[in-house]
Amino acid sequence: MASVAHVEEHHEHPPEAHKSSRVDARLLGMYLFIASETMLFGSFFSIYFFDRVVVGSDTGWPPEGFELPVYLALLNTIILVTSSFSMHWALQSIKRNNRSGLIAGLTLTFLLGLTFLLIQAREYTRIGFGPSDNAFASTFFGLTGLHGLHVFVGLNLLLYALIRSLRGHYGPKAEDHLGVELPGIYWHFVDVMWIVVYTTVYVI
Amino acid sequence: MRNPFRSEAEAFGFVLVCVVLFAAVAVAGILFGGWIALAVFVALAVAVAIYVKGEPKPPDEPVLSRQGGGRRRILVVANETVAGRALRGEVVRRAGAEADVLVVCPALNSPLRHWASDEDGARAEAERRLAASLECLDDEGVEARGEVGDADPIQAMDDALRTFGADEIVISTHPPGRSNWLEKEVIGRARERYPVPITHVVVDLERERQASATS
Repeated sequence: MASVAHVEEHHEHPPEAHKSSRVDARLLGMYLFIASETMLFGSFFSIYFFDRVVVGSDTGWPPEGFELPVYLALLNTIILVTSSFSMHWALQSIKRNNRSGLIAGLTLTFLLGLTFLLIQAREYTRIGFGPSDNAFASTFFGLTGLHGLHVFVGLNLLLYALIRSLRGHYGPKAEDHLGVELPGIYWHFVDVMWIVVYTTVYVI
Repeated sequence: MRNPFRSEAEAFGFVLVCVVLFAAVAVAGILFGGWIALAVFVALAVAVAIYVKGEPKPPDEPVLSRQGGGRRRILVVANETVAGRALRGEVVRRAGAEADVLVVCPALNSPLRHWASDEDGARAEAERRLAASLECLDDEGVEARGEVGDADPIQAMDDALRTFGADEIVISTHPPGRSNWLEKEVIGRARERYPVPITHVVVDLERERQASATS
């Protein structure tokens, strides 16, 4: 009888999952995701530098007649770096149980990210060349487009976190604001990638 | 390597570092050209790496299971010596009639195979040794179970102690001069790391073989 009772107990309460890692599984998932994203960006940068060295030695880099809007992109860089500050403010606010700070921070971050994306879309329409024109154009649209896609994904995560915060979710305990922390980590990653893209593609 | 995305605050700090670093690279690029910018980038990246490497690391403490259940729990860690008579005798003496024994046999592998993730052979060999050891302990009336552990004995103990709340640990090695574990100071490191009594058993397999051949 004792063994039967033991078996039933297991059916009601599945045994606790064995966690060999001391890192929360959700955080670990984000680390792995960012690691894979870094490799993806790495492959695009490899193509960029390959083209820059191989093709650029013949045609110049950027080729004659191709000019990038450096200052508009600098404005976009400032906007995106500012959005990292507002994201950090949002998370610090919820850690101090300041809900209005969280909502304001997320809203500001979302709006800054959206502005970045709209400016980039505007830049694409007025830049004067298309992705299929030459290797320079292809790598430019490939790298900046890949980054823009990541900003779009980040905006969706931020919107989701914002809606949840407006519904009263999240709290000051670490476990209760992981839904803000993870989009925050992703957003900072996207910001870091843009700094690298901007410096590489627009400046040097 | 330190993960710069461990938390939102760390990631934000990383953004600030990148802003400063790439601003310097951009200025160098504008003033002196691409190759100088690359040199500045490499120099700054090395400087940041040295700084991060020099930061004090948080103590890496083992996670110990609190499971007990009243019975004495002994963790036995042994390499090729797992089937040695000296170890068996020590385990039998310590376990008595009322103890749970977990034997962990690290899957010893060559460095080349380890880096190539080719550990099937090492695991199979460890399983064979473990099965022989468990059979011997069972014959002596000791209730023991076993598992194959990581090739690093400290890691193998860490892994075992997460789920097996041991009251004491028995580590078996070859004699000094022949033991790789003694060379790596496994016993001393384990004594520093785990807050439970640790017994070191030296098993001289050659002498045991000679003794059994002559008897």
